[in-house]
Amino acid sequence: MRVMAVDEVALSLGLAPGMMLADARARVPEVQAVTHDPEADARLLDSIAEECDRYTPSVAVDSPDGLILDITGCAHLWGDEAGLVSALVTRLVDGGMTVRVALAETPDKARALARHGGELLRAGRRLSPNRLNEARTPYVPAPLSVHDLPVVALGLGEERTTALKRAGLTLLGDLANRPRVPLAARFGPEAVTKLARVLGEEDVRITPRRTPPALSFPRRFAEPVARTDFVLATLADLVREAGEELARRGAGGRDFVSTLFRSDGAIHTLRIGTGQPTRDVDLVLRLFRERIDTLDDPLDPGFGYDLIRLDIPVAEALGVTQTDLDGNTAPTREVALLADRLGVRLGQARVRRFAAGDSHIPECAGFTVPAHAPVLPLTAHRAAGDPPMRPLRLFEPPQIVDVIAEVPDGPPRRFRWRRQTHDVITFEGPERIAAEWWKRKDGGGLTRDYFRVEDSQGRRFWLFRHGLYGTEKPNPDWYLHGLFG
Amino acid sequence: MSSEIEQSVNMIDSYPPLARLKRQIDALGPAASSGRWGLLSFGLEALDARLDGGLAKGAVHEVLPASGLDAASAAAFALMLAARAGAEGGPILWVSTDAELRRQGIPYGPGLAELGLAPDRIMLVTAPDELACLKVASDSIGCAGLAAAVIETGTAKRLDLTASRRLALAAEKSGVTALVLRNSDSMIASAAASRWQVAAAPSVPLAGQAPGRTGLSLSLVRHRGGARPFDMCVEWDHDRTAFSEPALLRPVPAIVERRSMVA
Repeated sequence: MRVMAVDEVALSLGLAPGMMLADARARVPEVQAVTHDPEADARLLDSIAEECDRYTPSVAVDSPDGLILDITGCAHLWGDEAGLVSALVTRLVDGGMTVRVALAETPDKARALARHGGELLRAGRRLSPNRLNEARTPYVPAPLSVHDLPVVALGLGEERTTALKRAGLTLLGDLANRPRVPLAARFGPEAVTKLARVLGEEDVRITPRRTPPALSFPRRFAEPVARTDFVLATLADLVREAGEELARRGAGGRDFVSTLFRSDGAIHTLRIGTGQPTRDVDLVLRLFRERIDTLDDPLDPGFGYDLIRLDIPVAEALGVTQTDLDGNTAPTREVALLADRLGVRLGQARVRRFAAGDSHIPECAGFTVPAHAPVLPLTAHRAAGDPPMRPLRLFEPPQIVDVIAEVPDGPPRRFRWRRQTHDVITFEGPERIAAEWWKRKDGGGLTRDYFRVEDSQGRRFWLFRHGLYGTEKPNPDWYLHGLFG
Repeated sequence: MSSEIEQSVNMIDSYPPLARLKRQIDALGPAASSGRWGLLSFGLEALDARLDGGLAKGAVHEVLPASGLDAASAAAFALMLAARAGAEGGPILWVSTDAELRRQGIPYGPGLAELGLAPDRIMLVTAPDELACLKVASDSIGCAGLAAAVIETGTAKRLDLTASRRLALAAEKSGVTALVLRNSDSMIASAAASRWQVAAAPSVPLAGQAPGRTGLSLSLVRHRGGARPFDMCVEWDHDRTAFSEPALLRPVPAIVERRSMVA
């Protein structure tokens, strides 16, 4: 077992990541070891990323322990860039985190400065919560130059970093002024690309964990608000504001996300969706209220919310709709509203419609999808005058039945389903449906022989034999796949 | 006990002076519910005639399977009525519960299409339990944009007189025809305008002994408008989206009157 990470105390006692746990115990017998849980680490990082959402919508996770925030256009909300960094550091350190922060014009440069500036070159500082709480002086990152960073900051892997060091190039400053072509020839083109990025000559956009919303309406409070009705009133204000902005743009939203940031770091997200783009304030508010009413755990303001934000992830074009002369909305619109309301109450996956699939396997040829999803419309292939060839209801998965057939590869004569025996009076089949062998790796799959049968009472069933007798399976099973009306 | 009530209702119908009085009262009533939203015709004259033109639109109708195995036929009958109620192509809502879909099977789009009901008209809502199902039903029946609503409640333990009255009032207000599918004849009193018991009927086989068009054996158990209970075998014409008389090979009495109680 190896040590994955150590805390500050352990580090000062000479323990380091990478050593054997037994060695560490030998050196410091009272060491406390906890099993490494990368998923929990990822969850923590994700929750911190969520928290950083209040500074900028564009946050990227730099696994396993870093975050990159693109604060372009956000800094003015905090006075200036230094103000934002100070607020961010204060919040994280107050939350018990140990952080290293760097501010730079490109993400790679900031990353290199934060990760390798470290103690060695006095880039970014480790702050103890207590010290910060006592002082409360705004944190200003020390100005430092990327030229002073070790070549490790390029992130080229051990082999090439050693090669760089052997060549006497220990700092990025040594590399910066050299001609790039020989560098590329000796250390690979990747080294030059990374160098350009870390030096800030080349800018690469970060990939945020969430696409920044098209529209965002934040409301900050100097004092956290703890009363639910005030929260709702604020939400109503924001929705109204959003409605006006959307009307000005001639747009509407399908998704509305309200994020409530609690002062102790907890975050509540309320999300509603509509089938068609809308900017109807009353409708959105009604859906939000419905959403709050159906929450499993009601909103708990606790110490109060200090930021409430309404995001509209995507704005779509929406013209002005006209009501008819009586002032009524069209019936289709009414049904769409009903679908939205039910979707918010029961969850969107519970309001469904029928879609066709490009397949001849029955359960893939027709299925249901959430009402909002775009679908391939279904069409009937029945010739006029024929009875239905496909059942009204399908069992998913098909139900196994005991079948008696005269010959093993013949039609069913009698079958037993749900403890009742049915005699087959009339039947049609087999309708042979082969497995999709072109999609399967083994090129196989069992053929199904479908039979439409009617029993002595007139009940109609859809049975199939799974596998061809003899060639595919010695003793194929029978299944009931559906019921006709 | 409720069958006794039913019998006494039948008794009123068959006693001429009482029946006449009832008709007069109906005529005095403020716009009989059948008049306001029109009637839902079966497309089969023999059947419509028994119901004075058809079933009332904007009302609740109950459909029960004659036995557990006839549930698919009962569902089909409800859907056929819904298809006819929304003949103009209006949307149809199908509310069901998770338990019912597991037990009876999930609705299958291609099968619906072949029944003559365009699947893109149907919105399927699956409620987690019966109570949620009824809530969804009472909300959606009030939505006048719908042509019909099929409500599959399973045992319908919670669909008591109050609940069904609520559904009936909502339907009357909006004009939506609501079809309640309950799977047990638990004889719960309800405010439904009619109650049907449906069983599968042997179809007329096609050439080569293949099962033919969907055959149903309907029996009207109760009707608020005063129509007498009757049994009838019908066939569903998938192409016309209408009921038709089965093209029987052998003569069978098409309509069997229930013997009334009164001498």
